[in-house]
Amino acid sequence: MAGMRKRNDSRFGQKQTKLLMDLLVYVVLSVAGIIFILPFAWMVANSVKDIRGIYQYPPTFIPEVWQFSNYTEAWTMTHFDLGFLNSALVAAAVVLGQLFTASLAGYSFARLRYPGRDKIFLLYISLMMVPFTVLLIPLYVQMRWFGWISTLQAVIVPFLFTPWGTFMMRQFMVTIPRELEDAARIDGCGFFRTYWLIILPLTKPALATLAIFTFVNTWNSFQWPLIVLGKPKVKTLPLLLASFQNQSGMRTPWHLIMAAATFVVIPVLIAFIVGQKYYVRGIVTSGIKGGG
Amino acid sequence: MTAGAASGINRDEPKRGGLSDLRRAFSGLRRGETIAGYLFLAPNFLGFIVFMLFPILFAFYIMLTDWSLAKEPQFIGLKNFETMVNDRIFWKTLVNSFYYTFVAVPTGIFIAFWLALALNRKMRGIIFFRTVYFLPQITLTVAAATVWRWIYQPEIGLINHILEIFGVDGPKWIHDTKWAMPSVIIMSNWQGIGFAMLILLAGLQGIPEEYYEAASIDGASGWQRMRFVTLPMLTPALFFVVVTSLIGAFQAFDQFFVLTQGGPAHATTPLTLYIFQNAFSFFKMGYGAALAAVLFVIILIITIIQWQLARRWVIGFDEDNE
Repeated sequence: MAGMRKRNDSRFGQKQTKLLMDLLVYVVLSVAGIIFILPFAWMVANSVKDIRGIYQYPPTFIPEVWQFSNYTEAWTMTHFDLGFLNSALVAAAVVLGQLFTASLAGYSFARLRYPGRDKIFLLYISLMMVPFTVLLIPLYVQMRWFGWISTLQAVIVPFLFTPWGTFMMRQFMVTIPRELEDAARIDGCGFFRTYWLIILPLTKPALATLAIFTFVNTWNSFQWPLIVLGKPKVKTLPLLLASFQNQSGMRTPWHLIMAAATFVVIPVLIAFIVGQKYYVRGIVTSGIKGGG
Repeated sequence: MTAGAASGINRDEPKRGGLSDLRRAFSGLRRGETIAGYLFLAPNFLGFIVFMLFPILFAFYIMLTDWSLAKEPQFIGLKNFETMVNDRIFWKTLVNSFYYTFVAVPTGIFIAFWLALALNRKMRGIIFFRTVYFLPQITLTVAAATVWRWIYQPEIGLINHILEIFGVDGPKWIHDTKWAMPSVIIMSNWQGIGFAMLILLAGLQGIPEEYYEAASIDGASGWQRMRFVTLPMLTPALFFVVVTSLIGAFQAFDQFFVLTQGGPAHATTPLTLYIFQNAFSFFKMGYGAALAAVLFVIILIITIIQWQLARRWVIGFDEDNE
């Protein structure tokens, strides 16, 4: 908005130029919007076609035969109910675990004074940038030692702590006025009660950001589960979706795959639309911070 | 929540060290706080040691071994790195990783920049468009790549059908060695642009209005305002986007695994997929870890170069990071 105002033209010309620009921008935004939405629309459209409709040429957007039974068929064919349960369990455990460990440690780093605190914090920040690819192999070996291969522990326990989340919590908590806490301490609150009753409620926005980030990342996570979850009964949704495409015989049942993709995507879309504010803020604050 | 206030607040304690400090920390009034501090940190720190610090150190050992997991690891020194030099597929995958990264990242940021500019106008419906552009970003890559695999079908796919309407005979996309990588890049950018766009948009919104007004008073044209106000002021956000996108692109895995499985003929096998194949298909843990170390070093070097270059083009970089 800012750059477009204050031209030296007359008021009338200025208004016209702005209108014309707005129109142009709308056209560009809409074309881009269609490109972004098209794959989703194509996914949903194909999820209700029958096998003939899906292989028909030229392809049509509106199905000739509407076959909603694709959803139930895809669901039962690959035991998606179990996948949903696994995915939900893993996501819930990881989200709750991270909120707990990150907020406790964040409080410890931000507020409590003890020897070695700043050194440990520095160690956290410096290891934050090690790419996960480096951890894949040693972590896999560890999981074998623990006997956790093909168990849900393998995708939950290593992710119960988060350097990034801890960092974010710490940064948020140091901005909370100390007076609030001091008042509680004078009233005789212990450290845990102060954390629980004073700090946590004030940290809600940051907790919400961490929760939604972690949920989306865990729900979508593929590479690590692919490595450690071999048995069908522990597979999470992305794994089921990926193996669904490869097990099929002669004619890939794309209509069923599209139906499966649709209901795997829906929970994250809902989570995002509900928590968009926190998600966007999380990205933006981390971006501004990282930028300097 | 303001980011600026984050640092420096609880620096009221003068720094001390050594045993006397430790003794003092555990005695008298401070005792409770010290114990609480360690206890609160404990669950997190345990996870940090077991699942981060140890694996990183362990990786250094694994990369020096020949280890199939079935037998005990054999210490072979730097032999894995010697193998790498003569491994033609390794070089191919390295080239692929660079190809992917250095095409996908600049094109993605370029498009994200123009979208962010367009979204930075006071108009109705901006939030709607922002949400739409961001939806692919939160969609799981596996599902997105699955849909795109279907869209890229040469005979009955959506893209070639649209191209045909315009009289263009579309390529075989993911089934063609030349087109497979561009196919992955297009899909990845479709998915990833939302992130860059959001950061750049936040950067644009942070530019004070007065700067534009001052520029206008000095008679700056639209292009000049862009060149001398918008672009310089946006450099911190751009820098962040460039660094994180480069790091992310080198680690991209899911889309390759689902969309092309690295084919045809290794045309789209990036280093990450090659690491995965070596470790978990061929069970060469040592070689896999050595390859992962190479990936890490590449990411590290590129990040360091970015920080060095940043002095030249990012506004306010030196003041913030010294």
